[in-house]
Amino acid sequence: MGNSSSMLTQYDIEEVQEYCQNLFSQQEIVSLYQRFCQLDRNAKGFISADEFLSVPEFAMNPLSQRLLKMVDGLNFKDFVAFLSAFSAKASVQQKVKLIFKVYDSDGNGKVSFNDMLEVLRDLSGSFISDVQREQVLTQLLKEAGYSKDSYLTLDDFNKDYIALTPVANTCLFGHGYEGVILQIYGKAYKKLFIPVSNNLDSG
Amino acid sequence: MSSGKGGELIPSSSELDLDRPNIEDYLPSGSSIHEPLGKLRLCDLLDISPTLTEAAGAIVDDSFTRCFKSNPPEPWNWNVYLFPLWCCGVVIRYLILFPVRVIVLTVGWIIFLSCFIPVHLLLKGHDKLQKNMERALVELICSFFVASWTGVINYHGPRPSMRPKQVFVANHTSMIDFIILEQMSSFAVIMQKHPGWVGLLQSTILESVGCIWFNRTEAKDRETVTKKLREHSQGVDNNPLLIFPEGTCVNNQYSVMFKKGAFELGCTICPIAIKYNKIFVDAFWNSRKQSFTMHLLQLMTSWAVVCDVWYLEPQNLRPDETPIEFAERVRDIISVRAGLKKVPWDGYLKYSRPSPKHRER
Repeated sequence: MGNSSSMLTQYDIEEVQEYCQNLFSQQEIVSLYQRFCQLDRNAKGFISADEFLSVPEFAMNPLSQRLLKMVDGLNFKDFVAFLSAFSAKASVQQKVKLIFKVYDSDGNGKVSFNDMLEVLRDLSGSFISDVQREQVLTQLLKEAGYSKDSYLTLDDFNKDYIALTPVANTCLFGHGYEGVILQIYGKAYKKLFIPVSNNLDSG
Repeated sequence: MSSGKGGELIPSSSELDLDRPNIEDYLPSGSSIHEPLGKLRLCDLLDISPTLTEAAGAIVDDSFTRCFKSNPPEPWNWNVYLFPLWCCGVVIRYLILFPVRVIVLTVGWIIFLSCFIPVHLLLKGHDKLQKNMERALVELICSFFVASWTGVINYHGPRPSMRPKQVFVANHTSMIDFIILEQMSSFAVIMQKHPGWVGLLQSTILESVGCIWFNRTEAKDRETVTKKLREHSQGVDNNPLLIFPEGTCVNNQYSVMFKKGAFELGCTICPIAIKYNKIFVDAFWNSRKQSFTMHLLQLMTSWAVVCDVWYLEPQNLRPDETPIEFAERVRDIISVRAGLKKVPWDGYLKYSRPSPKHRER
């Protein structure tokens, strides 16, 4: 694919597009490539963990270590494939699959109680105690029909999330020369998981 | 990211919003725990989508990297009429302007050195006279430098006066900021010690205007430097201090957070805003991409360096303000004047990673 060159040919773009199931337009792929080259300082063909962490916004994110494991050392094609779950055109299943992968850090296809607890710890940190966290999680698992020892699979994740109709196209892309501003569907994405009682407010 | 009536994002604020990371989003989603458990469902607890979204957004584009990107001007020489014109331009710049400029600079250096060395060696006893002459000579050589890039500089506002307990702060784009300001009135600047010929200049000539050196990498340096700053600012006869509180070169479109060191000295702060006109040359010194020598050569082979310098109203620490708030207020004043977008990042993150305690917040 010519990882060391700084120019993408039309063939390359089409290959990448196919690889990510046409979730990005060609212009988006070009912009992503510019960003990839910007992050990959020594033109090695992949971005190292250190280079990801040099983006302070990313380093400060509570989930950065988990994402780093998924994203470290990817070449450009896999980088685009990873980001494709955030595209406007990605389906709910793809987004849920990504969330599942973040939880399932050992990759065995099952999310255990401990996995969920760890992610919650990353997110809420010192704001609530470990005991409280466990209590809440156990309680909610019970309410949803699981027990503390059950393992959730991808199917469970899929069926437990109420799929609301995603909000219409909110992706902003490419301010031309300024670089990529891929507006990830924060709002739409979140709406997929809003509990029934609250959806009147954010509708 | 605010949403309008129909749920669409408002495009105009989106770019500004991206410059300002929404710190509230880093608060734990578990803060909803405080609601009675009846309303919370498993899917809410496990919903990490906002955080994931922020992380992916940072991977794709982040405001910090944008501060240090050199933005080359759009290529305009792409059609058959403009291209020969551009070629003529290149010929003129490299073969006519450049040699003339080199000659001007060489002449300037000869004059400077032939006056400076005798003054420095012979007038050792007559402190005041020596100082004044050395100052005048440094101003002279700076004027020669500016002429060698065909600098067109518009100064707005009252010229700085030599009063004690006065500190000047400015936004930083390149080391030539100092030369441009020094041309007009003599300053003592605080600078990072550089290697090579620049370091030589620093230790010989700039010493005479009372400059202070520091080393970014040495942690203990900070206290000694703060002490030196304080001493200097109290002295009556010293040149006014010029500090670049950003701590690093930024690309003249954004401004990073100011370091509070300059604002804790108990002096009046006089802000200076510097804005370069990109049409003629991009004066941002991307120290990762080029050495200072290459940067100077690039300037000398461009048409001109055009910039505006505004001397703004002096500010004092208000009784209810902390130094950090004071620094932010001054940054605001400078950014508004120079048309810079403010970014909430520390410039030194260019050289190091955010520490874990930042993440906790």
